[in-house]
Amino acid sequence: MIQFDKFTLSNGLRVIVHEDDTTPMAVVNIMYDVGAKDENPEKTGFAHLFEHLMFGGSINIEDYESPLQMAGGENNAYTSNDLTNYYVQLPAENIETAFWLESDRMLSLAFSEKSLDVQRKVVSEEFKEHYINKPYGDVWFKLREMAYTKHPYRWMTIGKELSHIEDATLKDVKAFFKQHYNPSNAIMVVGGKVKTAQVRELAEKWFGDIPSGQKYDRQIAEEPQQTEPRRMEVHADVPLDAIYKVWHMDNRLSHGYYVADLITEILGGGGSSRLFQRLVKEKKLFSNIECYHFGTVDKGLLTIEGKLVKGVKMEDAERAIEEELDLLKREGITEKELTKVKNKTESALAFEDMSVMTRCNNLAFYELLGDPSLFNSDREKYFSVTVDDVLHYSRKYFDVNNSSTLCYFSKH
Amino acid sequence: MPNRTIAPPIIDAVDFELVLPRCDHHVLSNGVEIYHLNMGSEDTLQLNWVFYAGAWYEKKKALAASTNFLMKNGTSGRTAFEINEHFDYYGAYVNRSCYSETSEITLHCLNKHVHALIPVIAEMITDATFPEEELAIYKQNSLQRLKVNLQKGEFVAGRLIDSYLFGDKHPYGKYNNAEDYEALTREDLVAFYDEYYRKGRCVIFAAGKLPADLIPTLEQYFGTLPLRNHRETIVGIEHKIEPAVQKKYRVINDENGVQAAIRLLRPFPNRHHPDFQKAQVLNNVLGGFFGSRLMGNIREDKGYTYGIYSYLLNFVHESGWMITTEAGRDVAEDTIKEVYNELALLREEPIDDEELMMTRNFIIGTVLGDLDGPFQVIGRWKNMILSGVDEAYFYQSLQTVRSVTAAELQDLANKYLQPDDFYELVVI
Repeated sequence: MIQFDKFTLSNGLRVIVHEDDTTPMAVVNIMYDVGAKDENPEKTGFAHLFEHLMFGGSINIEDYESPLQMAGGENNAYTSNDLTNYYVQLPAENIETAFWLESDRMLSLAFSEKSLDVQRKVVSEEFKEHYINKPYGDVWFKLREMAYTKHPYRWMTIGKELSHIEDATLKDVKAFFKQHYNPSNAIMVVGGKVKTAQVRELAEKWFGDIPSGQKYDRQIAEEPQQTEPRRMEVHADVPLDAIYKVWHMDNRLSHGYYVADLITEILGGGGSSRLFQRLVKEKKLFSNIECYHFGTVDKGLLTIEGKLVKGVKMEDAERAIEEELDLLKREGITEKELTKVKNKTESALAFEDMSVMTRCNNLAFYELLGDPSLFNSDREKYFSVTVDDVLHYSRKYFDVNNSSTLCYFSKH
Repeated sequence: MPNRTIAPPIIDAVDFELVLPRCDHHVLSNGVEIYHLNMGSEDTLQLNWVFYAGAWYEKKKALAASTNFLMKNGTSGRTAFEINEHFDYYGAYVNRSCYSETSEITLHCLNKHVHALIPVIAEMITDATFPEEELAIYKQNSLQRLKVNLQKGEFVAGRLIDSYLFGDKHPYGKYNNAEDYEALTREDLVAFYDEYYRKGRCVIFAAGKLPADLIPTLEQYFGTLPLRNHRETIVGIEHKIEPAVQKKYRVINDENGVQAAIRLLRPFPNRHHPDFQKAQVLNNVLGGFFGSRLMGNIREDKGYTYGIYSYLLNFVHESGWMITTEAGRDVAEDTIKEVYNELALLREEPIDDEELMMTRNFIIGTVLGDLDGPFQVIGRWKNMILSGVDEAYFYQSLQTVRSVTAAELQDLANKYLQPDDFYELVVI
């Protein structure tokens, strides 16, 4: 059981404290409730570009990095379709430096043209590095557009296309900041060698006078129930054929989410998983095959992807996947298989919990979902999954009318 | 209301007293050493078997890595599937990795399951059978993976740059091609396994919340095997470094590539050399962290790249000083020019006090953060032990971070950061 305290400042900033005196370090984690799903479809990639700009100087502090490094600290940030998270780790003695830096950039950025200009280029290079200059790099752009017709998970966090990033203006940046970067839209978790009273005092001192801003009212289109299979073919300059299949799954707080998570383990988790053993080792149709999902807040995608062994026909490979899914839908799994994936989950969570940084990050995420004590109860939900659940949800998810398939052919 | 224009006071991280948690030491009856560290609040542990069975010792390319990988794919009592199923059932992770000198098997698990897992690791080390069929699947899948990787400029660049510095026959410079995988036979693997694993030189590292009977358990399963102490020397295996004569290379791997993989590399002595620790500090200033010169100029000022880094290669016998980045194709040559500008600045002007203090504090702060996890601490011990240095080296390196002067760093820059000494490679 993780211990924490929670309080809220008068401007709406939620603060969670997780004391752990076994480490000499302190962690300050600030999560903003804004992600790529909050973007205008014509200006995608903005939440992530904005994350870069958060390091370009704030209203009173020209340079974010140097004072933090001077205090012996390091930091990073990431953006997803759901949220944007900034985290700092530094020697606990110097924790006030993190409060000073984070509160100033929540108060206001410097909004410099130079920083925007440079970060547009940096993000363009990031785009190229991960999605253009890489075989199969465009797969998720296509899969998302096929699987989502309305919901903003239609686009990638990096953005739908390079031009959206290249066209971003300072006016857009300011509007985005005003809408999303304020205390009422943020969660701060402070952990490590700290005391709640000390954190309360520092939070009041540095964040207390920041105007609360307007609470962002999220209006997101629900993805309509899919009613027929979707398919797409791509022919590209890649060495091997590959297949990608996705199915809509339940949202993060539903029971079906936990079942889906265990299903991905059964099908694709490690050397004894069904798809690996049957299709890579026994039938030798794939050189590798994986099953996973992204852990999104709204309804995500259960995914199977595999690279075909040279010479194997696409339809044979796809049929073999279908046969495995049919078997699962027909016969379910054994108690032993269920115990195995629960043991794996228990172990994965224990390793995750070793890092105070990860614990703080997870506390922020659970608060974003509505309640930090989900940190503890969430785990129980994995252990409550039954073999009947797996059977029921396999039938629900792996319905052909709920599927999108991308066949990626090598031109060679 | 706080005055936001003034930074809160800090305690300089250089003033912290850092203590590397002590590691316990035990020797099994056959001479194999165990370094163990009982630390941590979660019920997790990590066990690590290190063998001197890296690429250094192979007579055919890809042999060391393939043997290491396939140890988990069948013993006389269990198929590959049964081995995987066993580890998966207990929620354990077994990884194999192969480096230039050493290779490893690593077990991560909850400590309550460790007794069910150690015997199967022992099977892998004593009784792997290398079935033909497993080798065939492995070859096929390795070849497919290689094909995909060869489309990536960064992969191609990483192979080529090492081969320029060390020569493509040296363990640090060679790389595997399709024909190397194709040429492997089961007999090769069995022979390599017999010599370098079953009768190999081994050292064991354990960290986390360790069970009380860990040592007797390890004695039971490993103490009577024909393994040898890892410090025993092997005579007759020497590799000559044959650096390339040509220094500058431009390679087109993908006509339509939008980015260039840029690598700059010069020779550098190993960690026993008196310049090594000071060079680590200089490297931090150059490209070792986000606040470095290269990152500040080439990413944060010019926007040429998503990231640029420099580091000293982590090899035992010889090192090298590397600068690496992926930059826009059209700005690749400008990027290299800017790298040389930064080298020149370090040669020509002393680092100012504030930047040097920031670098010192950052390094010490990072080490401090790294010392609170059992796996990170044992990782430091492992690195020291395999490099043949002791605890004193750790404290000496911290002392260097605290005391190295701007003048010394400028001297080092003049000695090592000379453009003509660098191999220079661009792969598009």
